[in-house]
Amino acid sequence: MPGLGTSFGRGGATVWLPDLANADCILIEGSNFAEAHPVGFRFVMEAKERGATIIHVDPRFTRTSAVADIYAPIRSGSDIVFLGAIINYLLTNENYFKEYVAAYTNAPFIVSADFKDTEDLGGMFSGYDADGLVYDFGTWTWERDEKGHIKTDPTMQHERCVLNLLRRHYGRYTAEMVEAVCGTPRELFTQIAQTLAKNSGRDRTTAFAYAVGWTQHTNGVQFIRTAAILQLLLGNIGRPGGGIMALRGHADIQGATDIATLYDSLPGYLAMPSVNRDEQTLAAYLKSQTKKTGWWANTPKYVVSILKAFYGDAATKENDYCFEYLPQLIGDHSQLVTTIAMKDGVVKGYFCIGQNPGASGQNAEMTRAALESLEWFVNIDSYDNETVSFWRREGADPSKIATEVFFLPAATVLEKEGTMTQTSRMLQAHDKAVEPAGESKSDAWYFNWFAKRLKELYAGSTDPKDRPILDMTWSYEHDDPHERERGEPSTLKVLQEINGYYTATGEQVVSFADLKDDGSTASGGWIYTGVCPDKHTNHARSRDASGPYTALNWGWAWPANRRTLYNRASADPAGNPWSERKKYVWWDAEAKKWTGVDVPDFPATKAPDTPANPDGLGMDFHSGADPFIMMLDGVGQIFVPGGALKDAPIPAHYEPQQSVVENALYKQQSSPVFGRYERDDNPYNKPIDENYPHVLTTYRITEMSGIMTRYVPWLAELQPSAFCEIDPELAVSKGIKSGDWVTLSTAVGEMEARALVSGRMRPLRLGKGKRVHQIGVPYNYGSMVALARGDSVGQLIPISLDPNVSIHESKTLTCNIRPGRRAAYHEDAIDEPVPARERSSFGQPLGRWASAGSGAGQRQEGEKK
Amino acid sequence: MATGFFTDTTLCIGCKACEVACKQWNELPSDGFKFTGDSYDNTSELSGTTWRHVAFIEQMSVDDGGLHDRWLMSSDVCKHCTNAGCMEACPTGAIIRNEFESVFIQPDVCNGCGYCVTSCPFGVVDLIEKFDPGGVRYNLASLVEARREEDKTALQGHGGVAGKCTLCYDRQKIGFEPACAKACPTQSIQFGDVDVLRDRARKRVETLTARGVSAELYGADDVGGGVGPLNAFFLLTDRPETYNLPAQPVLPSTRQPAGYSSAAIAALGLAIAGWMIFHNE
Repeated sequence: MPGLGTSFGRGGATVWLPDLANADCILIEGSNFAEAHPVGFRFVMEAKERGATIIHVDPRFTRTSAVADIYAPIRSGSDIVFLGAIINYLLTNENYFKEYVAAYTNAPFIVSADFKDTEDLGGMFSGYDADGLVYDFGTWTWERDEKGHIKTDPTMQHERCVLNLLRRHYGRYTAEMVEAVCGTPRELFTQIAQTLAKNSGRDRTTAFAYAVGWTQHTNGVQFIRTAAILQLLLGNIGRPGGGIMALRGHADIQGATDIATLYDSLPGYLAMPSVNRDEQTLAAYLKSQTKKTGWWANTPKYVVSILKAFYGDAATKENDYCFEYLPQLIGDHSQLVTTIAMKDGVVKGYFCIGQNPGASGQNAEMTRAALESLEWFVNIDSYDNETVSFWRREGADPSKIATEVFFLPAATVLEKEGTMTQTSRMLQAHDKAVEPAGESKSDAWYFNWFAKRLKELYAGSTDPKDRPILDMTWSYEHDDPHERERGEPSTLKVLQEINGYYTATGEQVVSFADLKDDGSTASGGWIYTGVCPDKHTNHARSRDASGPYTALNWGWAWPANRRTLYNRASADPAGNPWSERKKYVWWDAEAKKWTGVDVPDFPATKAPDTPANPDGLGMDFHSGADPFIMMLDGVGQIFVPGGALKDAPIPAHYEPQQSVVENALYKQQSSPVFGRYERDDNPYNKPIDENYPHVLTTYRITEMSGIMTRYVPWLAELQPSAFCEIDPELAVSKGIKSGDWVTLSTAVGEMEARALVSGRMRPLRLGKGKRVHQIGVPYNYGSMVALARGDSVGQLIPISLDPNVSIHESKTLTCNIRPGRRAAYHEDAIDEPVPARERSSFGQPLGRWASAGSGAGQRQEGEKK
Repeated sequence: MATGFFTDTTLCIGCKACEVACKQWNELPSDGFKFTGDSYDNTSELSGTTWRHVAFIEQMSVDDGGLHDRWLMSSDVCKHCTNAGCMEACPTGAIIRNEFESVFIQPDVCNGCGYCVTSCPFGVVDLIEKFDPGGVRYNLASLVEARREEDKTALQGHGGVAGKCTLCYDRQKIGFEPACAKACPTQSIQFGDVDVLRDRARKRVETLTARGVSAELYGADDVGGGVGPLNAFFLLTDRPETYNLPAQPVLPSTRQPAGYSSAAIAALGLAIAGWMIFHNE
């Protein structure tokens, strides 16, 4: 999310799925698009049918590779080298889109003379504090003139302009380096670089698609940043068939970040107040968060409106709109960090809803053990799962576990109404198809009930600390008598509140441009304003596919129903389409407004020749040719200044925390600032560890998602058991045949799985003749319940986190492998189902509980009966 | 009007949505949970209760580079032959050609003799074993039971009969396309008027050939062996055997004249021999 946000302004895919069909080339990297998003993949197939070149870069030859025109193998975790080398290729061969880069990016900006690059400091940027393992961002800034204006060189000749900084920074990222570090044959790499260059420019566009293959690394945000730089250089952002498609795995992942299940964010990408930024009062918070220039100058309107939505009439100008009711961050409260805090007894209670961290969590056994330390644990799920059943897992003694467990039945998606925001930022409403089974309730029902119950319990209290609960607005009574009787809240009313309303009249607000910072408007998430412009309209229900291919009356995409973000960039600085073929949004000089097939992502009547006011505030600071309206300076960020990202202003390649090779580019082995949580119950393999000589990578497969699918016999028969994919060479050397049991190990623990030996896994030849085997393990399984089952790969993964978003490094690890099962237990329930009462719970305690790191080798094959 | 499938394997992404949609609509049980270790194929073949099956064929070169590596995927199904071996062999008249010219097994007429199983040139038809409605493996049995009371055509009861693709007869009757074609996200499975599909398929081969892809149709025209054209035909990029399709399917009844003639000749020979032996006495 910040990878895209800091580059372009918003943490969402810049494009929408059907637009991929308009691409001339699609680079899929960090994603197994066809398998993980088969329905969206139809548009890739359509692009291919129209003649586009499909490129897939992946550690494994997958179902995506099978239909791609070009497949390139890559060592997991080395993508910045691959992408950085393409950047180098474009700059060296002057193959980038010069007019676009000069006008729409910060390439001409001049960087402060105090800034030192990784080339100068052995892989570090200036400002590193080795004690705190953090950067001071003072030097990551621009050179300014005496008036404080950023110095630029429109000719991009200045040695410290961003473009030349980029040339130097990626100078050693060559095709040879790609071959040595990524294992991708250099000819293949060059072919891909040429193909991208050939399919970008005025007349052609290339789209990128990625998913968690790029995010789940200790420097995952920087993977996405590299792609963002590349797409800016190629001039593909904001244009049809271009952009970056951030593929979200689950149906509503985009919605979950928009309306803020993230601990550090309020709905609409407003920051949660933090004591570390001295944001204890509204004035201090707004001073800290409001940007002087660009669209975020409007921050106060959105903040006051959200407080009015939360606290209604109680929120007044005099009491700072109840700002002090909001919790203040005191540190990293992300999920895995909180899990560690549970284990340590700091956190006493836990609501776990809609996920199964006991199977899919990183260091899954630690997660399960952490639950033992809780006083109470609430799990709301549709199925029995490895998390809620932690107390009966093998190795656990229920009589010694004091955690009080509440297991509440959840309605599935078909059993409830609501709105989801899919990967194209599109809101789509859905109805309830059937009544929930038994006592199951929707998640909304539970929160509605909790809120009302809490209000009841605190009613009449005069204690000031209870005011947030008492003042919280809460009126979501369902209009349907049947649903009201069942206690289901109206999700439509929730959406209407998110959309926003005038506090005096209760009328809906039509556009976020109408939101005010004086308490006259309320909005629970400003980016969704416009989806319910009046009480009788819900655009999330729109299902009219007529009109141009953008089908603007089908669903509703935030912001303001714009389908392609930053689409001002689809026209040249003068406002004309870059080419007839790639016409999308342009300036209509007669009507004096922006027009096209999409909603312009730009002030509707701001002419392209509007000059920038260098001393102006808000949008006045931007000219009529600055397409990235959310940014301070209105342009795409090749260099991200000022510490908006904590690890680098320009991406540099670091090896994952666990690797099989030394960093060939810098002395610095892995990210100097990644979130390190090494301890006895979360041990790390050494950076290069002879006990763990193979690369391990994880992913999901089409047939399975998780606990939802593992119970479905039709899906379970398709992929019934945890497996790992290994190459024939490794299989032969270890005496493993396809279908055999094997055991994988890391310092964290062990797992067993069926071997799937396939030529699709290919050993890589890296620099200095090093031969590397990569082992792939699907993430979908858990061992305790359901029809499809097997050890969870989460048992192998230590908690190590990206410094920006605390995402875990699950995509690249090191491991060892040996034939045989890891421990004898009840003959497997996968081959022949056994009645529940006869099933054993599973496995032996992991090796590390006996002695950390020595699990491998202690348990021999042959224990299997 | 004859309806059928055009399965274009160049568009298949192996997602198996067809297998799942088929089982869901037709309320078929799973065939068990066996990990085969054979690519991503764990259902292995068509059966009495698996009416769509996606084959995965890995063609990986041994040398480095792998520029010509292929992973072929193809969704197999009953071919709904012009001359159907199963239909000819059925002694009870359970197998009929319906108004969509699909080959359809009427479960309430089928007596489970299994003659159709050996008579299918493609090995498609199979007997559905008797199953225990209470078993874990068949936990859909209650659904099946409920459906059985109201509609006997779309389900296979409690087994003991022959089963195969119905071309979603029940869906077609109400104007819906078959579940597999509906679920296919990439139009690898196309449903419609067979004549239209054949034209489309021939054009598709031309398009692919122009792109340098070697493609051929299987079953759009007479496949030989007396089977005739297939109402469910395929576009392949390798030889049929690669996809486990017979290169030369044979309708068993085409061997009858030869078989009967041999028997007649043998009988005649024996008669003559017998006459000679006994005549001489």
